[in-house]
Amino acid sequence: MQILNSQYRYGLVAITLHWLMAPAIIGNFALGLWMTGLSYQHPWYHQAPQIHKSIGILLFMALLLRLLWRWGNQSPKLEPSPHWQILIAKLTHRVIYCVLLMIVFSGYLISTADGRSIDVFGWFDVPATIYNIDGQEDIAGEVHEWLAWSLIVLVVIHALAALKHHFYNRDSTLRKMLGMPTK
Amino acid sequence: MKKLSLLIMSALISMTMQLQAQATEYKIDTRGAHAFVQFRIKHLGFSWLYGRFDKFNGNFVFDKSDPKASSVQVNIDTRSLNSNHAERDKHLRSADFLDVAKFPTASFISTSFIPGKDDTAKLNGKLTLHGVTKEISIDVTNLGGGKDPWGGDRQGFSGTTEIALKDFGIDFDLGPASQTVEIMLDVEGIKI
Repeated sequence: MQILNSQYRYGLVAITLHWLMAPAIIGNFALGLWMTGLSYQHPWYHQAPQIHKSIGILLFMALLLRLLWRWGNQSPKLEPSPHWQILIAKLTHRVIYCVLLMIVFSGYLISTADGRSIDVFGWFDVPATIYNIDGQEDIAGEVHEWLAWSLIVLVVIHALAALKHHFYNRDSTLRKMLGMPTK
Repeated sequence: MKKLSLLIMSALISMTMQLQAQATEYKIDTRGAHAFVQFRIKHLGFSWLYGRFDKFNGNFVFDKSDPKASSVQVNIDTRSLNSNHAERDKHLRSADFLDVAKFPTASFISTSFIPGKDDTAKLNGKLTLHGVTKEISIDVTNLGGGKDPWGGDRQGFSGTTEIALKDFGIDFDLGPASQTVEIMLDVEGIKI
């Protein structure tokens, strides 16, 4: 498989990034939801947030790489579709990127609100930059939760649209991202 | 006519009484931060965890010659909880604990002040926390008071009490060693 994208399909880097980030995003959402309901005595009470924060930071780095890759590289041509569908598809992609960026940022603002850094799997620390704002962790927390739910709604729309292209329109939209031969 | 003069008399008397009371009223020095509302709770039974409320205000009335007439009122902004850990503070402010979105204010209004030995006293009153009002008793010591170097007049107290979280409808389980919280009040008031 080629490394770069072509006008027919996505390349190895784009495909790898996409399929690493997709389960990480959904998994981190589920983890976040689960960990906030844990009892104080639960064995994962401390570990789950550590993992959640670490995955979040790694997702941010992957997202930056992905955006750079997208901008420095052509995207495959879209399958012929009605104009409004193309518009919505493009909009959904952009909003997903923006919301993901804001989710990571708001999460970062929660954990660093007192000036503490974020330890990513013990590999490195992300230092606090903006902190000690009145109510920072509470406001950032509200935003984080709302955006996370919004992202999952967008992800569902995105996934349903991909499946619709694959099974209903029977075109190559999903195949391009799976590295499968296109029709 | 007699009734009217009686009315005026009693009004005047109550006014002078109020003036007297005002003469011994103190404003808690939150501006200069010579006042602290702190708490501590055992962590797993291994150590003490300390926290405080950064925003509160209040007044008290105190007269050394008539300590029984003392009274105090304090309002605490529960959103200002600070245990030096943002993630923990966020949790303590959430619905699991103080639910500050719903109950942004805690308050204490005294009902009686019973002087004891030396400069100690029992300060009884109503504590409203997490939307629950309960009678509590605070052990108080009048550490000192008098003229300060800058032309003011101050009185300072130190008080402690212990409350059970359950009594105030906070039932998030922190373990058997962490059922109660000690509250430590250290206030200096400036005469107003």
